[in-house]
Amino acid sequence: MQVLYGRHHVRVFRFGLRLVRDEQVAEDLISEVFLDVWRQAGKFEGRSAVSTWLLAITRFKALSALRRRKDGELDDEAANAIEDTSDDPEVAVQKKDTSVALRKCLTALSAEHREIVDLVYYHEKSVEEVAEIVGIPENTVKTRLFYARKKLADLLKAAGIERGWP
Amino acid sequence: MMAASKKVLDQEPSEIEVLLPWHAAGTLNARDTRRVDEALARDPELARQYAVIREEYAETISLNESLGAPSARAMAKLFAAIDAEPARAPSTSLNFSARIAEFFAGLSPRTLAWSASLGALALLLQAGVIGAVLVKNQTSSFQTASLSTNAPITRDLGAAAAPYALVRFAPEARVADITALLDSYQAVVTDGAKGGMFRLLFGNRAMSKDEVAALMSRLQREKIVSLAVAAP
Repeated sequence: MQVLYGRHHVRVFRFGLRLVRDEQVAEDLISEVFLDVWRQAGKFEGRSAVSTWLLAITRFKALSALRRRKDGELDDEAANAIEDTSDDPEVAVQKKDTSVALRKCLTALSAEHREIVDLVYYHEKSVEEVAEIVGIPENTVKTRLFYARKKLADLLKAAGIERGWP
Repeated sequence: MMAASKKVLDQEPSEIEVLLPWHAAGTLNARDTRRVDEALARDPELARQYAVIREEYAETISLNESLGAPSARAMAKLFAAIDAEPARAPSTSLNFSARIAEFFAGLSPRTLAWSASLGALALLLQAGVIGAVLVKNQTSSFQTASLSTNAPITRDLGAAAAPYALVRFAPEARVADITALLDSYQAVVTDGAKGGMFRLLFGNRAMSKDEVAALMSRLQREKIVSLAVAAP
């Protein structure tokens, strides 16, 4: 378990943190995820990569945590506002820093779009693996990422950044 | 192919366009990678969109890397929770491959290197022993049909040999006809064509004289066979 934890806990934590946007909650999440793994290791059939299995569990637990938080009258949008205390994209552009603006816009995406962007770009998951983690058809995976990117382009455009697409 | 990226975004994106992010991340299969490469080479607008994707890709990695790592609290909490779990044998909680992986992950690189060397040596020894046993037990001799020699072909495989025949095919016989005939008689050409005659081997079992004679007369009646005689 120590080997498994050592190898995967940082990525699991980052994936969870990007979804729940709260470090304490994300840390609690990884404990829950690896405890589940400890309890259910016998059920892992090896059909997918261990990291894919871990990310699927993390996603499920993160969404449950978000639902609990929503029940506590703190919706996702409000959470975004609380979490995101640094400059907004417009200010970032004023700083002539497109890179920072792009990061701000990546943060401003909806949870649904954030997770698919992260899974493909950061966690380097294939179409099939993303479909398995998110629980949607492969074609939906492809189009969802396309529209996430389009939303990202819209946010950047609103911030005054034109990148030549769309 | 310009249509691939000319599509207005209100419309559905093209099949290639939606694959671009996976191409940038290097997680496409070989076939799709080739398709995207070809499309990128043909379509400058698609290539421009790809450049934007590579920027997003780099920033997403950078953003995630900036998130840091969990504190030791998370690990302490996890292992405290595991300790509080009902007693169980760890071997039942992990499947066999996981335990193997965990075992090897626990070895130092030097130990792994020594183990790999010993494993390779053991394999070589095993191959040597198997080879020696095979050579020692081999009582049969065998000569391939392709070997051209004046000496008679020997097939002493511990059982009586299948019959041979010398066959001359009709001039109009096509390769397809000959192949079909060989198939139907379960025959193979073992030598030829000397003087227009092919040496054929029939089946893999010995035949009586009468059976061989019947086989020859049957062969002789074939439209594409002009001569068939039994051969030693």
